[in-house]
Order: sequence, then C-alpha cells, then structure tokens
Amino acid sequence: MSMQVEDPRVIEFDVRTDEMLVNMGPQHPSTHGVLRLLLKTDGEVVSEVTPHIGYLHRCAEKIGENLSPPQWIPYTDRMDYLAAMNMNLGFSLVIEKLIGMDVPEKAMNCRLIIAELGRVASHLVGMGAYGLDLGSFSPFLYAFREREIILDLFEETCGARLTYSYMTPGGVTHDLPGMITIPPGLAQLTGNSPDMELEWKDAVLMFLDWLETRIHEYHTLLTRNAIFIKRTAGIGILSPEMAKSYGCTGPVLRSSGIDYDLRRDGEEIYTRMYEGYNFEVPVAPFDAAPRGVELGDNWTRFYVRMMEVVQAIGLVRQGLDKYETAAGSYREGFKMGSKLPADECYLETESPRGQMGFYVVGANAAEPLRTRAKSSCFCNLSVTAPLCENTLLGDIPSVVGSLDIVMGEIDR
Amino acid sequence: MNTEEIHGILAEQFGDAILELKSEAIDPWIVVAGEQIVEILTFLRDDERLQFDHLNDLTAVDYLEMDEKKAKKFPYEPHLEMVYHLSSFGLKHRTVIKISTTRWKDDKPGNFPDIPSVAGVFGIADWHEREAFDMFGINFVGHPNLKRILCPEDWEGHPLRKDYEFPQEYHGIRGQ
Repeated sequence: MSMQVEDPRVIEFDVRTDEMLVNMGPQHPSTHGVLRLLLKTDGEVVSEVTPHIGYLHRCAEKIGENLSPPQWIPYTDRMDYLAAMNMNLGFSLVIEKLIGMDVPEKAMNCRLIIAELGRVASHLVGMGAYGLDLGSFSPFLYAFREREIILDLFEETCGARLTYSYMTPGGVTHDLPGMITIPPGLAQLTGNSPDMELEWKDAVLMFLDWLETRIHEYHTLLTRNAIFIKRTAGIGILSPEMAKSYGCTGPVLRSSGIDYDLRRDGEEIYTRMYEGYNFEVPVAPFDAAPRGVELGDNWTRFYVRMMEVVQAIGLVRQGLDKYETAAGSYREGFKMGSKLPADECYLETESPRGQMGFYVVGANAAEPLRTRAKSSCFCNLSVTAPLCENTLLGDIPSVVGSLDIVMGEIDR
Repeated sequence: MNTEEIHGILAEQFGDAILELKSEAIDPWIVVAGEQIVEILTFLRDDERLQFDHLNDLTAVDYLEMDEKKAKKFPYEPHLEMVYHLSSFGLKHRTVIKISTTRWKDDKPGNFPDIPSVAGVFGIADWHEREAFDMFGINFVGHPNLKRILCPEDWEGHPLRKDYEFPQEYHGIRGQ
C-alpha cells in the first residue's frame, strides 16, 4: 500500500485502464465530516484531487456583523467543535486586544488550564479518528473513553459538554469548581467508588496521572504498529517550502520541521498567558521515528500531536499548581453593549489544529463592522490537492486524516 | 522589525506605489497601490531583511452603513479594502498590507473591482481569494480558478457585501 508512483504515465499497457472520476464524500466516513473530494483516477493511481467544501457553511462571519462580541462567542464554539474552548479563547483575546482590556492573572490561569485540557481532548479525537481511517478500531474507543472524562470535567466547570462558551471577553464565565462527584468514567477506570466526592482540581490530577500511564499503550497500538507505519511512513510528504506557501500551521507545520508555535512566538497578549510555564515545542525530525519515516509525512504529523498531548498535560499540572496563588478575579467585567472603537485588529492563537485567526473591525458601535475567522484547517486542507497527486487511492484517507481537519471550522 | 521600518524599506523600493502608513492603529498597516500588489508581496517574501514567508490571512472589508440613522455616525467613507496579514517564521515579525478600492468598478453597481491575484506568490492565496470573490465579489485578475468556494455555484449575490439582499427562495427552499 505504501508504494508511491513516480510517474503515473509509466504503467504497463496490460493494466492500463481508462481515467475515471470518483466522488469521495460528502458522506464518506473517512473525510471527517462533509468534505467532498473529486478524484481523477487511473486504476489505483490518483492523478488529481479537487476538494469541494462549503457543505457546512453557516454564514458565521455575516452573523457576527449583527451581534455584539459576547453574543458571537457561541458561534465560535460551533466552528471547531472538537476544540471549542480554544476557539472561545481566540475570539475573546482579539476583542480584549481591540478594546485594550487587561485580564486578571486568575482568569489567565483558568484559561490556560482549560485550553490545554481542550488540546488534550482534541488530540485524543485526532488520534482515535486517524486510527479509524486506517482500519484500526480500538484506539478510537480508548480515545473516546478518555475524552469522555475531560468532557465530564468541562461539564462541571461550565455546564456544557461540547459547545462551552466558557471563555468570554474579560475572562471566563465561572471560576473553576470546588467539590464535585467523581466523573463516572474516572471512578470506573481508577477503581474508586462512583459516589466519591473530591475537589475538581484533584479529579483533574487523578485523570492526568491515569492518562499519562496510558500514552505508551497508544504508542504500542498505533505509533509502533507495523501496519500503521506501513500506511503512514513516507506517504504524503509535505516539504517545508510547500507548508510555508500553503499557510499550513500547527502540528502540520511543525511536522515539516519548522519550529514555530504561537504559545511561544505569538503576540504578547497571548504569550503572556504562558509566561513562567515550562513546555517544549515538539518539532520534526524525531529520533524515535521508525525506519521509512521522512520529514513531513503522515506518521510525523501524527507523532507531533502525540507529543503535544504530553506537553499539554505538563502545562495543566503547572497551571493547577499556580491556581491557588493567582491574583485577581476570574473575570473582568465586559459591559454588554459597550462600543467597539473605530479601529481594527487581528490575532492568531495556537489552536490544536493550527493558528486560528480572528480579525475584527470596529465602527463606534456595539456590533463590529466585520468579523473574520481565519480557519487553520482551511489552509491545511488546501494542501491536499498537491499532496495527493500521484498517490494510490487507498492512501487518500491516510493523507487527509493526517491533516486532522474539522469541517465546521473550514466552512464556518 | 516594526511597521515603520518595513514602510521605509518598501517606500525606498516602490516609491509612489506605497501610499500611506497608519502607525497609530493597534495593528499598524501600510496602504499600497493595487496594481503593484504582486510585486510588493513577492518583495516582502523574498527580501532578506523582511522574509515574510507566511500569508496569515487574506480578506476584504466592505465599509458601508446601510442604516440611514447610523450612517451619520459611521466613521468611514464607503469603500472596499483588501487586507493581507503577513508574518515571518524566521524573524517573527508581522505586518498588515492594505489596498483601498471603490466598492464597484467605475461606480457602476454590479461591476466587480479588479485586484491582481497573488495566488502565484502564496499557494494559500488561491483559496483565500476564491473566498473573497465568493463573499465580496472581487475580480482577482490572473487567478487560476476563480470560482465560488463556500456558496453553491448558482448562488446569487455576494453575502458579505453590506448591501446584499437575502434571497427570497433558493431551489424551492424559502428564505427569510
């Protein structure tokens, strides 16, 4: 399966077939939502891929022009619904940048803990769904079992399980919870009584302790699995030049060997959240890579996400340590209906899938003149056409899956 | 490098094509002449001092207020702007380039303004320009495949224009 055809024209006469157009999606399970790929195939070789998007277009940007910023927060949830917390954060920060608001230390601390937990949850889905694309079912079930606990912890924090609207301009809507009943999944996995009462903080720590011991199991199931390596190593190679030109960001960019993470290299309003925290930015190439892996291939993209989970766990731990001593309130008041100045600003944050950008133009009114959501997946997906040229039909899900796209964010 | 210095380098290179520097804005921006945008972005990308190798975002803004009451207090003149957000992976600086144009070419409604396409400079501009065409009705001259990207191909109008009218029906589906 992992062979790559150097020149598709050189196919033996006996096996040559007519060119055929194959429609993959929009309801295909391995296109991660409603993505339609139009494939021009000659036998098993795909010569051209044309992505068609827009099936989930909900005019979010137009709606944003008629709503005040706090009212638009729920719409950002519904863009990248697997990392809604990180989307809330991006939009809240851009509004704070526009009106020049300072957020208390406590609010930044809450945001960091929740955003990094969100990153863990998002990468768990990315990992599980990628295994599913390649025909391995068990990692998907494990990933969703683990994610379930994070969703339970989020539910205790803000009442919602998927579309949180937890971070708003000025801080977060609620402080982190105190005593809670242990999430049922966590009780079962750790062998505790389901009626156990404990601090939310301790529940998070208990979960992280448990999750950390599991990561090597995922590596056994996927990362080091011979079939998985065969299907991913050396396939879909994204060169650093192409990654730059196509505006790829996040794990996709870092797997091409470009060391850039907005949590470290971004604008001050965002990086100040991460000040005093220790974390590494995993960048390819890796010493741990098995034979056959090349810079910027599917395996490397997958592995960067796995490494980021470890870093995110470390960040949550550090955040919880600092929670008690963090100064100020969890929220600075943002007056509903307060006017946005006649200025504009753009800010990108490091969302699990890449650099999510928001651009807001104010016009002395409560509603912005323009709200723009620049999707990271949109840019990452645009690279599929050149990436999938002259690969085998069976490798298409492997390449598209490794980009880890969410259609809600692409179509907005 | 801050936007003033970038403006200095650009003004030296392109002279009259660099129209304005707005340095007091939150994200300072440089307004340039639309005709030269391809050369300017290529220069920004390739110059050793600048190295803007990442096009973060490419979009447009329609400055118009339809509501007569609000129009009196509206702080902008009616016009259309192209906005290019750039940053550099190596040098870790960022800047904003803008093109100002009329809402319609020759002020004839329905006549799309022309902007040279930068799809040859940055690969991602291909899709971003298709989106800007879809949403704003901007004609990107030299674009390899200027088709709608988010809306269906038979959609009428360009939704993010402020004077866009919501359709009454689409293929038998009632609107409004």
